[in-house]
This record gives sequence, structure tokens and C-alpha cells, in this order.
Amino acid sequence: MDGNGEGVGAGASHAELARVVREHAGRLAVSLMHVTGDFGTAEDLVQDAVVTALRRWPTEGIPERPDAWLFTVARNRGLDVVRRESNYRSKLAQVQWPVQPEPDERLRLIFTCCHPALPRPAQIALTLRVVCGLTTAQIARAFVVPETTVAQRITRAKRKIADAGIPYRIPDPDELNPRLGEVLAVIYLLLNEGYLPTAERAESRDLVDDADWLATLLHHLMPTEPEVAGLLALIRLHRARIDARFDPDGGLVLLEHQDRSRWNHQAIADAAQLVAHAARQRKPGPYQLQAAIVACHAEAEDWADTDWEQILLLYDMLMHLAPSPITRLHRAVALRYTAGPRAALDELDTLADALDRYHLYHATRAELLRALGHPHQARAADERALALTANPAEQALLQHRISWT
Amino acid sequence: MKYVLLFVEPEQYAADLAAMDQPDRDRAFMLVGQWFMENADKVRGGSKLRPPDTATTVRMDGDGDPVVLDGPFVEGKEVVSGYTEVEAADLDEVLAIVKTWPGCPVVEIRPLES
Repeated sequence: MDGNGEGVGAGASHAELARVVREHAGRLAVSLMHVTGDFGTAEDLVQDAVVTALRRWPTEGIPERPDAWLFTVARNRGLDVVRRESNYRSKLAQVQWPVQPEPDERLRLIFTCCHPALPRPAQIALTLRVVCGLTTAQIARAFVVPETTVAQRITRAKRKIADAGIPYRIPDPDELNPRLGEVLAVIYLLLNEGYLPTAERAESRDLVDDADWLATLLHHLMPTEPEVAGLLALIRLHRARIDARFDPDGGLVLLEHQDRSRWNHQAIADAAQLVAHAARQRKPGPYQLQAAIVACHAEAEDWADTDWEQILLLYDMLMHLAPSPITRLHRAVALRYTAGPRAALDELDTLADALDRYHLYHATRAELLRALGHPHQARAADERALALTANPAEQALLQHRISWT
Repeated sequence: MKYVLLFVEPEQYAADLAAMDQPDRDRAFMLVGQWFMENADKVRGGSKLRPPDTATTVRMDGDGDPVVLDGPFVEGKEVVSGYTEVEAADLDEVLAIVKTWPGCPVVEIRPLES
């Protein structure tokens, strides 16, 4: 197109296409914002260019300058869309790529997508579409929801951005912490969503990869924010051990039984250093603490070598900063190895109401009951856990435990 | 952009205010007055409303003639107790001033059309 030449030959893999699109989608959105000044229009044009690229690149090959290619598609489409508004049109017709090079303005984009006046699902969908260049169909598949649902969320969010005057800018310093919290929550949800692949998701987008990419970008744009580094470290620590979490048949392997030689120890060391570096700022936060806890596990030679005292201490700090029943549940596991299963079970009993519908609560109870010599009660707890999870890998593990222990 | 702030009072808030002694109540009103002064550059008018038991609602959504009813159109434990129109560059500016509002504990921000 337009003499941009051909780059990578036809037949590029989906992953490669996704990677190239993601590298350029946010920058394209920023440039289009610059030209049109309208978030909704810019977002539409990005999506259109992405869909066109994903249709044509598999046969035509990825162009040598994907950014210029995408921009040309977006601009031509834009000229079509805004035909009636001559002002707009002449402005758009005159712009040349690149519209405005550095500095990277994607931070403004991210903060707009994750504005607290938008509901969380819309924040996620917008961020994935406009910053990471996912299509509506890809988002729908990744979250196992109908495509029309995602499309509606996007439409409503864009209408609200325009009608309620949600600004396109980086928040003021006194607002930055809570606003950054919204962005980090969105990335954290992508990590959680991608944590346990389900059968339906096996062929779909790896959201953990997007979480990693977003956190890396954010860390690059805000290098001094310790919580950003903490979340990035958390994601990296997770990915460094991902291969060991499943056996050859796709069954889930619990941390205790994982083959630690299959972990990426270099990546673990890098991530541990990242979180240690962040901690030197003495501004602890939930993501740094979670990363520090995971680092304790990841750096242990084996299960028996785990520094449970340190982990318990970190959980105490986490409970202080961000108390939640789930955190108390995790803390109880550390308590088992420092104070014994009886103390851990007593702690769990106080969570009975809050976590009655949470499968890991019952699965943890089962383990403790088994350790205390109550196999029948343990089996009942495992059965309760089994009834509460929809994830096939977790179901298989619990089924195995019910049958064999 | 123009917005209307709808000030919302839960029942408890109204009761607490009524139970205050005079100096405390004066202080509460003074803080609200101060807020309006500090944000005078954005405030374009508005008023406190009389209580919901003074409201009259006319329904024209039935088959017959308009029906006049005693009370607010929606009965609830939280009632709109006042409104003010503000003009600001964007929602973040409005959020910033609303977060310093010293009166009732709930405020709804609604952008105006046009």
C-alpha cells in the first residue's frame, strides 16, 4: 500500500501479527487523537485499521513500516467517515506520518481508558482495544463473553467519555496515586484472567502476555513508581514458572510438587531484583508485597526450603495495607508452616462466612483437615471446592484428591 | 462543560443534622458556605431543596388524565436535597471540587446537554 513495501512474508503467525499490531496500536491512537482531538473517532479508526491489518497481513505479509501502513489505512478511513465535516477532512488529508514523534504520549491514552468514572469491564475492553490493539472479537473470546457485550461496553464508554467530559490527560500529582491504582487494577485483572487457561480459552489470546506488555510499557513511562515495578515483577515471576504449572497431560501441578528445574531462574532473579529495587523507595504497596511473597517462593530451592517466617511477615504487611479475606486465606497457608495446621484451620474458621463460595477456601481447608487426620471431613471440603470451580484443570486436581486420598 | 451536582442525603444524614446542637449545625453550614465561596469561579447557581415531603409529582404516563400525587417520584432512603450547576473544563475538574464537598455524603455529577 502506498509504496510502503513488503516486510515479513505472508504466513506470519497469529502471535507475530498480534505483537506487531500491539506495538503500534497505541501510538496510532495517540497520533489520531492529536489530529482529530476526539477519543471516540480515534478509537474507531484504530480498530478499523487493526481489523484491516489482521485481514490482509496474513496473505500480503507484514509491511516494512507497519506504523505508516496502519496510519494510512486509518487516515483514508477517517476521510471516508468525516466526509461531511470539511474542516476535519482537510486537517486529516494534510497530515503526514509520523504525526508527532517522541515523547511517548501513550500514558494519556492509558489514563483515559482507565478513568474511574468508567466501569471496570469497560476500562479493560478500552485498554485492550486502543492501547494493545485487540479486536472486539479477540476480547470477547478471551473473556468468554458475547462479542455484542464487548461492543456495547465500548460504545457506552466512548459515549460517556465524550458526554461527561472525561479528559485525555495525565492526572494531576495529587490525583496520581488513586488514578494509577485504577490502571494497575486493570493490568492485574488481565493477569488473573489469563492465569488459568480454560478449554474455551486455549486457542484465544494470552492475556498474561498483554498484562506483561502493558506493565512493561507503564514501567518504561513511569520508572520511579514502585507499585508499577511491583506489578511488573509479579507478572514476570508468574511467567517464569508457568511451564511447571502443568503436567504433560495439561493437569495442574501445585507449587509444592512443581519441578523447579523447569523454572526460568534468570527471569526470577531479574524480577526479584526489580521488586527489591522498588522496595528501596520505602513506599510499600500491595503489588510490591505480593511480588515479594512470590519471590520468596520462587527463590526457594524446594518446598521445604521456603522462608515461611518471611512470607508470613509480608502477608501481615499486606493485611495492614489491603485487608481482604482472600489475603487472610493465603496468610493462613503460611501460618500452617510456622504455627501448624491447627492454628491455620482456626484462622480459616473465621473466614467461613466471607469465603463460603470460594473454591480455594474449601480446598485449603481440605488440606489442613487431611494434615490433622480428618480424611472424611477433608473429602467433604474437597467436594465442596469441586462444586464451586468451573476450571477444568482445577476440577481434575480436586477429583484426583477426592478419589485417591 | 456544564454539569449539575445533585446533592444526595441519606435519611441518617438528615437525622444527624437535626440532632446537632446549634453551634455544630452553624459550623456545618459555614463549611458548606466556604466551599461555595472557594469554588465561586465554577458555580453557576443552584439551591437547596425543601424536604421530599413537600414534593408533588404529576404522572402523565397513564392512559387517562394527568395524575397529581403527593411526594417525590421515587421514594427512597436517599433523597436529592439540593443541586448546583457548575462549569468546568472537564470531569476531572468537577471531581476535584466534589471531593472537597463538606456537606451530604453523596453527590451525583450529571453533564448537561449541549
